[in-house]
Amino acid sequence: MKLKTLILASAAVGLLSSTAVAGNHSAALEPCENCADTMTVVSWGGAYQASQINAYAEPYAEATGVTFVWDESANESVAKLRAQNEANNITWDLVDVEGPDAVRLCDEGLAMEVNPDDILAAAPDGTSASEDFGDSLVSECFIPQIVFSTTFGYRNDIAAWNGAVPASVCDIFDLENFPGKRALEKRPKKNIEWALICDGVSPDELYSVMETPEGIDRALAKLDTIKSETIWWSAGADTPQLLADGEVAIGSTYNGRLFALIEEQSQPVSMLWDNQVFDFDGWVIPTGLPEDRLNRVKHFLKFATDTQRLADQAKYISYGPARASSAPLVGQHAELGIDMAPHMPTDPANMGNIIVNNIEWWSAYSDDVDAQFQAWLAQ
Amino acid sequence: MSSANAADTSFIPDDGVMRAADGTPLKKRLARALRREKLRSFMLIAPLLFFIIISFLAPIADMLFRSVENQIVPETIPRTVVLLSDWDPASGEAPGEEVFAAFQQDFVEAFDNKTHTRLGLRLNYEKPGMSSLFRKSGRRATQLEAPFREGFAAIDEDWVAVETWEVIKRVSGPYTSGYFLAAVDLQRTSDGIEFVDERRRIYLMLFWRTLWMSLLITVCCLLLGYPIAYLMSHTKRSTSNLLMILVLLPFWTSLLVRTSAWKVLLQQQGVINDTLVFIGLVGDTARLELINNQLGTVIAMTHILLPFMILPLYSVMQTISPSYVRAAKSMGANDWTAFWRVYFPNTIPGIGAGAILVFILSIGYYITPELVGGTKGVFISNRIAFHISSSLNWGLAAALGAILLLLVLLLFYCYDKIVGIDNVKLG
Repeated sequence: MKLKTLILASAAVGLLSSTAVAGNHSAALEPCENCADTMTVVSWGGAYQASQINAYAEPYAEATGVTFVWDESANESVAKLRAQNEANNITWDLVDVEGPDAVRLCDEGLAMEVNPDDILAAAPDGTSASEDFGDSLVSECFIPQIVFSTTFGYRNDIAAWNGAVPASVCDIFDLENFPGKRALEKRPKKNIEWALICDGVSPDELYSVMETPEGIDRALAKLDTIKSETIWWSAGADTPQLLADGEVAIGSTYNGRLFALIEEQSQPVSMLWDNQVFDFDGWVIPTGLPEDRLNRVKHFLKFATDTQRLADQAKYISYGPARASSAPLVGQHAELGIDMAPHMPTDPANMGNIIVNNIEWWSAYSDDVDAQFQAWLAQ
Repeated sequence: MSSANAADTSFIPDDGVMRAADGTPLKKRLARALRREKLRSFMLIAPLLFFIIISFLAPIADMLFRSVENQIVPETIPRTVVLLSDWDPASGEAPGEEVFAAFQQDFVEAFDNKTHTRLGLRLNYEKPGMSSLFRKSGRRATQLEAPFREGFAAIDEDWVAVETWEVIKRVSGPYTSGYFLAAVDLQRTSDGIEFVDERRRIYLMLFWRTLWMSLLITVCCLLLGYPIAYLMSHTKRSTSNLLMILVLLPFWTSLLVRTSAWKVLLQQQGVINDTLVFIGLVGDTARLELINNQLGTVIAMTHILLPFMILPLYSVMQTISPSYVRAAKSMGANDWTAFWRVYFPNTIPGIGAGAILVFILSIGYYITPELVGGTKGVFISNRIAFHISSSLNWGLAAALGAILLLLVLLLFYCYDKIVGIDNVKLG
């Protein structure tokens, strides 16, 4: 798997150069000609948006005097962007979306196609941006920022487990040795993959099995074995809350949420990295921006996605930088002072088994599989 | 009529019509005055009327229109659509070179306008895989040269599959019934209209669940709200004011805060279960499941919608003169008869208003069911929200919304027939 080797290679480099390189912070910004003075940026709010503000929005605002307007409606961005486009009134300049949404927005013509080598900075060693970002460029409209993963957290104080801890994602399906409630997302994506892998499907055949109706039936039959013990979540904050309250013993969510739960809130919870599912998050530029606003966005993007800035982001949140060249520069958490590298989904120790979300497959089949999954849930 | 008068008004024809002083017929004058009156009142309501049309009716009509609109197919591939009308899927063969040549020409234009992927998304609703087919073909399809049929086949075998072209032919008209069919778990196949695979049927079940649970929530609100409204209208002013504040307090709290509070209370490690375990009513291993199911939705939504039942009831009860009940009792009715035969019928307008409000509001709720409803307590609105904001299938969302609107109107009509819509009072 190309991505895997790329991430492994970059993370290995990170181990070699143990301390963070100071980096070229002082690299002077090129002047921006015919550029707007304000930028409306859409993101997810919370800790993630804070990491963006700290790592690149604030430094950029200081250097240029640009005013940032933050809109926290990223989870509705696809629909809102379409509405803005239909009304011919684009009020957003830059939108933070997940990889699959970027593909959809690009297909719809709502996001602008960009050539990474034209508008993004090359790595310090001269590697071109497109090569440096590699497989994270999931769509022609997508400018990646981070790699995040969906993985499991479990309570490490459960007496009924007799000291055993889950080591494999298949322990989710083992109610005998690991009794207790589970929390899984109320969407087929990821759950179907985990179920099939634990039903004996090899990772290479995963998506070709899923393409057959029998494949989905098989996954749902596997999920049936734990259905009565599962609470289905729809917001990323649900699982951390359920784990903290002892409502579930083990649950899936985004790795950054679990980091906050374990390291910042010191809850008796541990990470299970086995078969974590990788996804990318990044920027898209809406189509139809006036020239001055577009110039400003491009100027900002060149700065905000350079090697040092993406590495800086990891000081504030445990998501991996999408650039290979940023990995060696990942340092310590800004407030906790702990090394961030072991908490990155891309850390070699956490990458024993991984699944890379097949965006292409899901964009084609999600409607049907989702209908079947929801019907199954409702039974 | 005297001759003198006739001389004064000689220009007025003597035809027996009643006339005003200036000679115009009175009828005409009256009509003109009335028209002016009407115009004036119309001008007064005009701003509101236009506001409603522009901000309410027009967007709804536009949204509903999406449930049948299908211009994207004939507009994106016009030449192909014309040629395809002569092709018969029953032949078992993909269309000939002629169609592929026209399609390639259409594809080049669509690619330049970046609409080929949009068409792919549209067709993907009919057949999974179409979006990838169009995306993948992208630039390569624009560079094809004759023979085009082989060229497309080289890009992907699916291009020469009969099924691909059958789907394109089926949705080639400017309007489609596909979204409405999908909204009631039907689909159009080569054998006509039939139900979708049993494992994928959800919408009829969700419509049904939305209706009966909304009805249940309305009944719960009535049972809980009636005594409170009665108490409020029959105690002294200071107490009823306090009760009013207690009723309105949750009304002023954010919806999300209230819903999250229910989570804290109802979950298995929550306050209610902890208390029950503490006093020994339930065992520690047999904690009650009060949330993430239908019960959770009913509890949380009854609480949220309760003020909408209490307020109309209260305002109607306040207008009922206490002398009615006194009169009934003085004529020998016992407490129950006086209440049931005299007081209760007077409160029916309030019950009607409250029930309609609660029922219609609960049909459209989706945040609360999403958060506390688990898998069996979600409503049709959750699917509509999903199709609006996640899957971007606005056509299907519009069709689901249209059906929901129709159901509400139908119920409204039934209510009018049974109870009478005049018999509804908000105060």
